[in-house]
Amino acid sequence: MSEPLLTTADVAHVAKLARLELTDEELATFTDQLSQVLEHASDIAALDLDGLGPTAHPFGLTNALREDVVTEVSMRDDILAAAPAVEDDRFKVGRILGEAP
Amino acid sequence: MTTAIELAAAIKRGERSAVSVAEEAFAAISARDGEIHAFLSLGQDHAMEAAARVDAAVAQGAPLGPLAGVPVALKDNMCTKGWETTCASKILEGWKPPYDGTVVERLHAAGAIVVGKTNLDEFAMGSSTENSAFGPTRNPHDLTKVPGGSSGGSAAAVAAGFVPLSFGSDTGGSIRLPAAYCGTVGLKPSYGFISRYGLVAFASSLDQIGPFTTTVADAALSMEVVAGYDPKDATSINEAMPDFTGALSKGVEGLKVGVCADLLDGAAPDVARRVAEAAAVLEAAGATLVEVAVPELKLGLSAYYLLAPAEASSNLARYDGVRFGLREERDDVVAMNTATRTAGFGAEVKRRIMLGTYALSAGYYDAYYGKAQKTRTLILHALDRAYESVDVLLGATTPTTAFGFGDKVADPMSMYLSDLFTIPSNLAGHPAISVPFGTGDDAMPIGVQVLAPGKRDDLCLQVAAVLEAGAPR
Repeated sequence: MSEPLLTTADVAHVAKLARLELTDEELATFTDQLSQVLEHASDIAALDLDGLGPTAHPFGLTNALREDVVTEVSMRDDILAAAPAVEDDRFKVGRILGEAP
Repeated sequence: MTTAIELAAAIKRGERSAVSVAEEAFAAISARDGEIHAFLSLGQDHAMEAAARVDAAVAQGAPLGPLAGVPVALKDNMCTKGWETTCASKILEGWKPPYDGTVVERLHAAGAIVVGKTNLDEFAMGSSTENSAFGPTRNPHDLTKVPGGSSGGSAAAVAAGFVPLSFGSDTGGSIRLPAAYCGTVGLKPSYGFISRYGLVAFASSLDQIGPFTTTVADAALSMEVVAGYDPKDATSINEAMPDFTGALSKGVEGLKVGVCADLLDGAAPDVARRVAEAAAVLEAAGATLVEVAVPELKLGLSAYYLLAPAEASSNLARYDGVRFGLREERDDVVAMNTATRTAGFGAEVKRRIMLGTYALSAGYYDAYYGKAQKTRTLILHALDRAYESVDVLLGATTPTTAFGFGDKVADPMSMYLSDLFTIPSNLAGHPAISVPFGTGDDAMPIGVQVLAPGKRDDLCLQVAAVLEAGAPR
């Protein structure tokens, strides 16, 4: 295998973006494994596909619209009941912004 | 094993009671699921109540649904109201959905008895069920072998005779692969034929729900029950469905079957031999065999392992410890998000989230995600061209029979290669079916795969019925 396509620094950056914390051992393993997948993907990276558009839906379906009418009852209580923490009918989390200066 | 159709008929005629059928299913599960581990949870109380309602309807001569009294199992990534739905992940452990998925609603309406939720690779990411946070499922034919994945629990539940019908989801082969490994029929319908409302999202442009059954006719009947337009799924196809059951008796006289080397290349000799025998069965039944090359299909693997992780990284961003599931409490919210996701996701899910995040990140988007989306177009065009000269394509479902536990876990790329023959149908949104066709050198089941053009699930069933009749006993 040639130069790995990813460095541990790349993977550490991606883990931060994805809100995941990795141990040093996981970082090394994932760097190796993700490099292998990207290495395999070099077969399509090398293709000249300039004449082709992207496909996101096989049958070319676009927006699905409906009449603006109420169709279901509120599930608010059930949804709140499944939340880890709730206060005054709202999801409750810890501090979002930093300390005031 | 009694089929869903036979059970429903016997219950309707009053020869069997739905309660006794359900009791039998739970007895079989309690006798053998300790070693197989097909189920993550059982719903015995609700199932027995539902069965009693079917029996009451029979006694009153009330109209019955087509699956009245038939025990059914659901992959545990389908939302069941008030019933824990885990996706085999610690991050959703204990979560009870506030609603039923459309498939679940339609099964209830058809009189089916949902007996339990089945094991899977965490968030349907895997080909063996070894990625389940709650322990793997074992293959009922040989407990030292994997059942395949990701819908391994649903395949094993049918193969073990616990239920005649189960449902799984197929994003890159997750119905067809375990069906092949466990010796059941497994259908991945056309994208948009079965509502994804209430299916926990993995890769939304590829995910599709479908049935596991012991016969092709049961697969057709289950499509009659669950397929069709659903306004709750924005990608649902709003067209009349083909006649699934009517296709079963059509035969293959005059049909052109493309024997596709690109759906065999790299298959073990015993698997390749069975595919050749399957082709001969179709030829003897009046089909014309045509050798077809679709070399673009093998590019599907690379495209898939960029597109599916990219979509997954976006879909799984919702598991942030705020609204449902696990929360690892920390003082500030970003630390809480990170701690929750780190503790809640297993290694394969983390691997795919990172791969997808990378493929979508600035500087790599065009090279990876963009290229993969165009490759998807390339494969669609290649299949369109192939279907100008043939009606269906025939190939292997999987390169080998079921492998052993631990064989591929340490090497994700070798695990991913198991999906080589199943991925193209997901990228194209086309239907494909795996039909049991004899066994391999190791006496384990082999599946052959029939691929059809988009929205022609009836063609898959039509050809599968002939293969089923001609399969080695």
